[in-house]
Amino acid sequence: MKLGFSEAEEAFRAECAAWLQAQMTGEFADIRGIHTLTDMPERRKEWEQHLGKHGWGCIGWPRQWGGRDATLAEQVIFAEEYARSGAPGRINHIGIELAGPTILAFGTEEQKQRFLPDIAAGKTIFCQGFSEPNAGSDLASVRTKGRLESGEWVVNGQKIWTSLAHISDWIFVVARTEEGSKGPKGLTFLMMPLDQDGIEVRGIRQINGDAEFNETFFTDARCPADSLIGNIGDGWKIAMGLLAFERGVSTLGQQMGFRNELDAIIAAAKDNGAANDPLIRQRIAKAEIGLRLMRYGALRMLSNSDHSKIDGAALTYKIQWASWRRDLGELAMDVLGQAGEIAGGSAYEWGMLPNLFLFSRSDTIYGGTNQIQRNLIAERGLGMPREPRGDL
Amino acid sequence: MEFAFTDEQAMIAETVQSFFRENATSERTRTAMAGDGIDRELWSAFCAELGLAGIGIDEELGGAGLGMVEFAIVAEAAGAQVAAIPLLGLATCAGAIAAGGTDEQKAEWLPQLIAGEAIAACEGMPALDWNGGKLSGTIDPVPHGGAADLFVFVTPGQAWLVRADAPGVSVTQHVTMDQTRPLARVVLDNVAAEPLADADAAIKALQTGGWLCLAAEALGGAQEALDRTVAYAQERVQFGRQIGSFQAYKHRLADMMIEIEQARSAVYWAACAVDEGSDEAPLALHAAKSFCADTYFMCAGNMIQLHGGIGFTWEHDAHLFFKRARSIQSMLGAGNFHREEIAKMVLGEAA
Ligand SMILES: Cc1cc2nc3c(=O)[nH]c(=O)nc-3n(C[C@H](O)[C@H](O)[C@H](O)COP(=O)(O)OP(=O)(O)OC[C@H]3O[C@@H](n4cnc5c(N)ncnc54)[C@H](O)[C@@H]3O)c2cc1C
Repeated sequence: MKLGFSEAEEAFRAECAAWLQAQMTGEFADIRGIHTLTDMPERRKEWEQHLGKHGWGCIGWPRQWGGRDATLAEQVIFAEEYARSGAPGRINHIGIELAGPTILAFGTEEQKQRFLPDIAAGKTIFCQGFSEPNAGSDLASVRTKGRLESGEWVVNGQKIWTSLAHISDWIFVVARTEEGSKGPKGLTFLMMPLDQDGIEVRGIRQINGDAEFNETFFTDARCPADSLIGNIGDGWKIAMGLLAFERGVSTLGQQMGFRNELDAIIAAAKDNGAANDPLIRQRIAKAEIGLRLMRYGALRMLSNSDHSKIDGAALTYKIQWASWRRDLGELAMDVLGQAGEIAGGSAYEWGMLPNLFLFSRSDTIYGGTNQIQRNLIAERGLGMPREPRGDL
Repeated sequence: MEFAFTDEQAMIAETVQSFFRENATSERTRTAMAGDGIDRELWSAFCAELGLAGIGIDEELGGAGLGMVEFAIVAEAAGAQVAAIPLLGLATCAGAIAAGGTDEQKAEWLPQLIAGEAIAACEGMPALDWNGGKLSGTIDPVPHGGAADLFVFVTPGQAWLVRADAPGVSVTQHVTMDQTRPLARVVLDNVAAEPLADADAAIKALQTGGWLCLAAEALGGAQEALDRTVAYAQERVQFGRQIGSFQAYKHRLADMMIEIEQARSAVYWAACAVDEGSDEAPLALHAAKSFCADTYFMCAGNMIQLHGGIGFTWEHDAHLFFKRARSIQSMLGAGNFHREEIAKMVLGEAA
């Protein structure tokens, strides 16, 4: 067991930090510190391409596909330095963390060639079309239909809560391709270009006033016959494999973002005197402990090479960070007091901490709600009986 | 960076886990609880046969070498069975003597402590009067004080060794809620105590060993409380189904696992930070002690609730976990103290 980094790794850290710092104080200073997912999408796409051009797009991927074959430690370091530099959230995080690894694991050689270099280069932005109005936690209930027709997939139906669909190039969808099938059977995983007549994207306003997610309508939308990952009917297996990638190294970068949020709260508390309140002090300490344990939990999960065993750290990670961040949002408002409830300008737009308070209510919903996480932990981690279904 | 056990560490874990599982049985622990809270046969076997009592102490001082990660593995396994052994006294006192004692003090005491021939106990920061080479004062409570041959007492800047049989020492064991580690009152009346040569080093080692020992015991206890409850959930049937199939029940189990996984990160982060001499060590130790104690208490409380009536009986072991958890929460600084120390650090007020 060892936590320290080697000299070579520390040198790599210095290299990443210097490069990122130079970009964030130079050419890309205007997008430094953006805290919403929707601000300045065009500049952020340029930033993705800039990262790609300099080989920093997807450093953990094989060189052949535009990566650097970076070791785990190097990926950890890059993720940490990325967030430390104030660089904005990766607008293509779904492509980098979900679509890419899924194609890498389950795609054909031809699909790898078609997609991976462009994702790494920041040229293809992906979004995720899983949820539907009647299939949220119960993803296996999707109804969007796909059928093969003269060498093409024709897709009809509706997805919802599709984050960043309005600025993406491609969407992957789970569609029901076997007429009359139910549940996880008869589903296929398809990749579709968004720029076509058959797809319409409409924004949905969220509680923080932002509109990061969308409704996505498919009316005879099309993609070539070879746009599926895996085989026809493998959709559930591929979707589950994809969700497992959600717990990758990127979580460490996400944590550095959390670090920035907690630091902002600490600064605010010192500034307005809230830091003298013993109860606030206890909560700041708890937040600090939780954040540190998140880091070491992630390092345990990433260091665990024995995948034959249930990995408790991995299984509990989502609910841990989501709950921690929701609590952080509440702490932020208790520190700010009523000042936190005043936008300051004429628009319904929020600074980092009030926005954290509002946005963090979604952390415990997307990617599997806290209740669903507890079901999974009890069933997969502890071997408890599965929840009964009301149908099937 | 490789935050996983090495093969050797995994082997030690397996050995100590099966040692305590086989030997620290409920029956034997309960016999010890009726006395001074020490299963002497278990302690001698642990020290002499396993040879793991000297973990964390340099080999040249008669120890087993290795480090805090290995020590935490041992304490976790002992805590899992609520073993009635003076591990805390060893971790604190032997560490303090090794770090701050004179060569003679080390030579006299370390071999005896590591061999299990002498039992040590300590308590941090009581008010003591050191006058003309004699120590006076009341130290209360001292965990396992009623069984100790040797005490280490510290106040800021000073640390002493006190023999239990020295003239002027009187020890009274309290009837204590956690009978696996009973507390005692020690009264010193002009006792010829021996100062340790380097008090600051001794205090630091005492706190490090103590906090880590309690945190790791708590981790082991919490995990065992969960494991035993999971087994019961699969066995017991009500309303025609396993009680573990009720969502309210499952979610409580899940909440236990979520906290335990963090407690595990906390213990091994702190142990690594100490072993690697990292700047994070003080923060990690405060975090581990406070977080693991609270996790253990939550899990042990759930253990009682999720067993129903049987969990409230003296006969069932749930109360051993519950009482050990409660005592760990208060021992060597309660949670609020440790969190306040962390608050000072992160708010930039640390001395
Ligand atoms: C900000 C945001 C971004 C999102 N981005 C995307 C995206 O890009 N792509 C995408 O496909 N989806 C996305 N989602 C959708 C998200 O995955 C779903 O909202 C989530 O899975 C929950 O589904 P639902 O909204 O239908 O709620 P429901 O499933 O209807 O849940 C409602 C309530 O019932 C509870 N519940 C449901 N089932 C159970 C059960 N078995 N046991 C106990 N309680 C239960 C839930 O916990 C919840 O509290 C996003 C959501 C949000 C909020």
